[in-house]
Amino acid sequence: MNVKLAAILALMPFAATAQGFSGLGTEADEAFAVPAPNPSFSFPADHGAHPDYRIEWWYLTANLSGPDGTPYGLQWTLFRTALAPGEAEGWASPQIWFAHAAVTTAEAHFATERFARGGIGQAGVEVAPFRVWIDEWALEGPDFDTLTLRAGGPEFAYDMALSAQGPLVFHGDKGFSVKSSEGQASYYYSQPFYEIEGTLTLPSGDIPVTGAAWLDREWSSQPLSERQSGWDWFSLSFESGAKMMGFQLRQTDEADFSAATWIAPDGTTTALPDGALVATPLKVSEVGGRAVPTTWHVRLPERGLDVTVKALNPNAWMDLSIPYWEGPVTIEGSHKGRGYLEMTGYE
Amino acid sequence: MIRICLRALLSHWMRNPVQLFAYLAGLALATALWSGVEAINAEARASYDAAATTLGEGQYDQVIPRQGSSIAQETYLALRAAGWLVSPVIDVERGDVRLVGIDPLTSPTGLGAVAALDEAMSFGQSGRLFANAETAGRLRELDGLTAEITVDAGIAPGVAIGDVGAVQALLGRTDLTRLIVLPEQPLVQMPLAQVAPALTVQPSQQVADVAQLTDSFHLNLRAFGLLSFAVGLFIVHSTIGLAFEQRRGMIRTLRSLGVPLRMLIVLITTEMLVLAAFGAVLGIVLGYLIAALLIPDVAATLEGLYGAQISGTLELRSEWWLSGFLLAILGAAAALAGRIWQIARMPLLASVRPRAWVMAGAGRFRAQTWVALGLLSAAGVLVVLGDGLIAGFSLLGCLLIGAALVLPALAAGALSIMERRVQAPVAAWFWADTRQQLPGLSLALMALLLAVSANIGVSTMVSSFRLTFTGFLDQRLAPELFVRVESAAQSAALNRYLDAQRIEALPLLSRPAQIEGQPARLYGVRVGPTYRENWAFLDESPAVWDRVAAGEAVVVNEQLARRDDLWVGDSVQITPDLRLPIGAVVGDYGNPQGQVIVSDAVFSALHPEVYAGQFGIRTGDASALRREIEEALGIPQSAFINQAAIKAMSLEVFERTFTVTAALNVLTLGVAGFAILMSLLTLADLRVPQLAPVWALGLTRRRLGQLELARAMALTVVVFACAIPVGLALAWVLLSIVNVEAFGWQLPMFFFPRDYFWLGLYALIAAGLAAAWPAWRLMRTPPSKLLKVFANER
Repeated sequence: MNVKLAAILALMPFAATAQGFSGLGTEADEAFAVPAPNPSFSFPADHGAHPDYRIEWWYLTANLSGPDGTPYGLQWTLFRTALAPGEAEGWASPQIWFAHAAVTTAEAHFATERFARGGIGQAGVEVAPFRVWIDEWALEGPDFDTLTLRAGGPEFAYDMALSAQGPLVFHGDKGFSVKSSEGQASYYYSQPFYEIEGTLTLPSGDIPVTGAAWLDREWSSQPLSERQSGWDWFSLSFESGAKMMGFQLRQTDEADFSAATWIAPDGTTTALPDGALVATPLKVSEVGGRAVPTTWHVRLPERGLDVTVKALNPNAWMDLSIPYWEGPVTIEGSHKGRGYLEMTGYE
Repeated sequence: MIRICLRALLSHWMRNPVQLFAYLAGLALATALWSGVEAINAEARASYDAAATTLGEGQYDQVIPRQGSSIAQETYLALRAAGWLVSPVIDVERGDVRLVGIDPLTSPTGLGAVAALDEAMSFGQSGRLFANAETAGRLRELDGLTAEITVDAGIAPGVAIGDVGAVQALLGRTDLTRLIVLPEQPLVQMPLAQVAPALTVQPSQQVADVAQLTDSFHLNLRAFGLLSFAVGLFIVHSTIGLAFEQRRGMIRTLRSLGVPLRMLIVLITTEMLVLAAFGAVLGIVLGYLIAALLIPDVAATLEGLYGAQISGTLELRSEWWLSGFLLAILGAAAALAGRIWQIARMPLLASVRPRAWVMAGAGRFRAQTWVALGLLSAAGVLVVLGDGLIAGFSLLGCLLIGAALVLPALAAGALSIMERRVQAPVAAWFWADTRQQLPGLSLALMALLLAVSANIGVSTMVSSFRLTFTGFLDQRLAPELFVRVESAAQSAALNRYLDAQRIEALPLLSRPAQIEGQPARLYGVRVGPTYRENWAFLDESPAVWDRVAAGEAVVVNEQLARRDDLWVGDSVQITPDLRLPIGAVVGDYGNPQGQVIVSDAVFSALHPEVYAGQFGIRTGDASALRREIEEALGIPQSAFINQAAIKAMSLEVFERTFTVTAALNVLTLGVAGFAILMSLLTLADLRVPQLAPVWALGLTRRRLGQLELARAMALTVVVFACAIPVGLALAWVLLSIVNVEAFGWQLPMFFFPRDYFWLGLYALIAAGLAAAWPAWRLMRTPPSKLLKVFANER
C-alpha cells in the first residue's frame, strides 16, 4: 500500500472501509491516545501538534470577494498523520505531514497538494510565535489571532493576512466532539471570526481580495465508525453575524449521525444533538466522475433555519491523492450568507 | 487411410535416421544461437527498463552539485522552503552495489522504487533495503551491513533501494547526493542560484541513455544470432530438398493407390511442421543453455564498457523464445513451400528417377551469381551513400549474403582451372567430380564462408580495438598515481605540496558544459611534458600544446569533432563570450560524450568556483609518494588510484569481450562444420552410382575415401581463400562505419595474419572432421552395394 494513501486512509477511514482496510482508521491502535470527555485545553500549546494522536489538522477556509464583488473561495489545510504515536529525530520520525491548497472561482477550481516527512524540518508546527508550514507554504504570525498565509501550486498562488475578530469556539461538549452513536470522538475547536485580505494569483492575473475566514483545529485517533461511509460538513456564516458548524456522517445502515454548533455573533455557542440538523440533497452534479450533491436543503428547526445551500462552483472537486469535494457555497432562504461545504466518501 | 499414409511417410525417416537428425539438428542449431542471443538481449533490455523505472534516471531533471557529490540536507530543506519541489536521493556505491536512498513521500509517483518502499514504510519497516535476489546476495556479503533485505525482482540489478533515512544511517552519513526535480513546479519559486549557488540543474535528456549506448553491442550480438540462424536454415533447406527427392517414389506409389493429392499435401505439411516444432523447441532449450553460459561475461562486458548493470540471471521471456520458435517454423515452412509446390504439380505417373536435385541446372547458378553481384553492388552504394547504424548493418548484410551467393561461381571457376591444369586421369576425375558435386555442397560451403569471414571480421575488430585501446590507456594513464580530493582546501594544499617537492602534478579540472548546443564536458589541464610526450592526435596543428597553454586553442575529442563536424581549423564556442580555435582532435575510446580541453588558467578564469578534484602525479616510486602525501596532508589511502590498477581493470573488460566473441566464433564455426557433415552424409547415398564405376575401374574403396577427405579439404581451402577478403571487408565496415555510428569514434584497422592462419587451420580441421565420417562410411561400403548399381535398373 502506498504510504501517501496509508496516511490518508488513516485520516479518512470511510475510504479505507471501502478498500478493506477497515481496521486501520476506525479502531484506534492501542498505543495511540484517545480523546476523552471534559477536555481542558491549554493555549498556545494546543495550537501545536499532538503526536500521540493518530490524526490532526489545521483547516482554513475563506469566502472572498474581488474589487468588483466577484466571489472566490480559498482553502488551506495541513494534515498530520502518525504511523506510530510519538516523535523521533530526523527521517526516523513516524509523523507524516501533507497539505492541500485550493482556490475556487465560479468557473474554475485549482487544487494542489504537498507531502513531507516529520522530523527533518520540512513541515511542522511551532506555537509561539505561531507557525505551521510545509515547504514554502506557511500559516504564521506572532500569535493565533494575527496570521499570514502563503501557498500555491503550478497554476495559482495566494498571499493573505488574517486577523481574528472574535474568540475561539469549542464544538460538542467543550471541545469534545462526538462523531457517532458508538462514541467515536475528536477534540475540535475553531476560530471562525477571521477577517482576511490579500492577493490571489490566478492564470488571469493578480486579484486583490477581502473576506472572512474560518480555521478548524481537530485531532483524534478514531474519528469514524465502521458503518459510516462519509461526511457532509457545513460551515455557514450568516449576514446576521451568527454562524453555524454542522456535519452529518452518512452511515451504511441509513441511521445517519449529525451534530451542529450554533455560534452567536459574540461567540457564544450552543451544541445541538444528533438529529437536530437535517441536510438533504436537492441537486446532484456529475463531478470528477461521481454523483455529488451540490445543492442542499439545510434545516435547523430549533433556530428557525431553513435554507438552500448552493455550491458557487459545482466542480470544486479536489482531484488529489485522495479525492473529495470542497468549495464555497451561497446561502438563500430564512438566512442569507456564505460558507464552505466539504463532502467526502462519494464514490 | 490417414494412418497408413502417415506410417508410409514416417517410414522414410526410419530408413534415413541421419536425415531426420539433420533436419531436427539444423532447426535446433538455427533456433539455438538466435534465441540464445535474443535471450541475452531481452534480459539486458529488461534490466535497462528496470533501471530507468526504478530510479527515474533520464526521466526527470536532477539537481546536482557543481562540484563533488554531496548536498547538505539543510540545502534540500532550504530548496523545499523556497518552493522547489525536489525529492532527496542518496546514491552511493558500496562494494559493487549501488545503495540508493529515496523519500517515497516526495519522490515522483510511478517510480518503481517507490512502490516497494512505500509498503515497508506504511508498515513501519523503513529500515529495510530492497534488491533483486542476486544483489541481495552480494549485499549480505558486505561487511558491516546490518540492514534487513527484502528480495524484490522488480528492482534494477546491482541496485539496493532503501528509505533515504535508512541508507543515510547505514552509511553513517547525513547528506544527500542529488535531488530529483518533480515535473510540476509551483508558480512562485526562488531562483536556484539564490538558494543554493553550489547546485545546478541537470536536464533529464543530458543523462546518457544506457539503452542507447549499448544498442550497438546488442546489434553485434544479434548479427551473430542471425548469422547462425541463416546457417541452420541452410542445413534445413538442403535436408528437406533431399528428403523430398527420395520420397518421390513413395509419393507416386501412394497417389497411384488412390490417396488424394490434397490429403497427401496436408499430411506431409503437418508431418514436417510438427517435426520442425520439435526441432525448434530443442533449439530453444539449447539457446537457453547458451545464454545462461554467456550472460555472466556479457554482463561484465556491459558494465565495464558502459557502466550498465544487467542481471546475471536469465528469465524465460516470451519475447525471445517465441520469436525463435516462430522464426524456425517460418524458416522450415519457407523451405517446405517449394517442395510442396513441386509435389502438387508432379504428374501422377512421372518418372521416379531422382531428378538429381543437387545437380541443378546452370541457370540457377547464374541467377544466384547475378543476385550476388546485385547485393555486392548495393553494399558498394551503401558504403558511399549510407548513413546511420541501420545502413551500416544493411551494408553488412548485403556484403555477407552477396559474398556467400557468389561463392559457388568462384569455387567452380577455381575448380575448372585446377581441372585444366592436371593430366593424370585420377586427378582429372577428382577435380571434375568435385566440381560436379559443388551444387550439392554449395549451401554448406556458403555456411562455412559466412562463419569463417565473420570470425575474421569480428576478431580483427576486437583485436584492433584492443590495440588502440591499450595505446589510448598508455597515453591517458601516463601518470603513475592518481589522487582524488574532496575539498577546495585539500586541492590547494596538495597543489602546494607537490609544487614545493618539484613533482610534476597534473591537476584536472572539469565540469559539465553545453558546447555547440550539445551536452559535453569541459576540462582544464596543466600543460606539461607528460601531455606533450604522451598524447597522440588524430588531427593536429603545429605547436598545439603551446597554444593551448597560452589559451589560444583547445583540444577536442573525436566524438565532439564528428558529431558537430568540427576539426582543426574550426573553432568552438566555449561560453557565450569565448570562442577558441581547435588545435587538435584526440582519439577518445572511453566515453560517448564530447570533451573540450583547455588550459587550467582558461578554465579557472571561466569557472573560478571549480577546484581540481583529481591530480595525476609523475613519480618514480608511487607507493612511497603515496605514504608521504598521506602523512603530510592526511589524504586517505582510499583517495589514491594506482595507474596499474585502472589499466588492469580496463583490459579485464576487453578480456571479457574476447571471451564472448571467442565463444560465439567457436559456435558459428561448429555450426558450419555440422552443415558440411550433413551435406556430405546426404550426398553419400546419391553418389554411390557415380562412385561405383570408378571403383569398378580399379580405385580401391580406401583410396576413394581418402579422395573424399581430400576433396573436403580442397573445398575448405577455396572457401577460406574467399573468406579472408570478405572477413577483412567485414572488419572494415565494423571499424569504420558501424563504430563511428554507434560510438562516435573510428578505429584504425590492424591485421593479424597469425590469427587468420590458425583460423584457417581450425576451419580445415572442422571440415576434415565433418568429412571423416562420410569418408569412413564410403570405405566400408560393401562391394555388393556398389555392384548393385550395375545390376539394378533404376
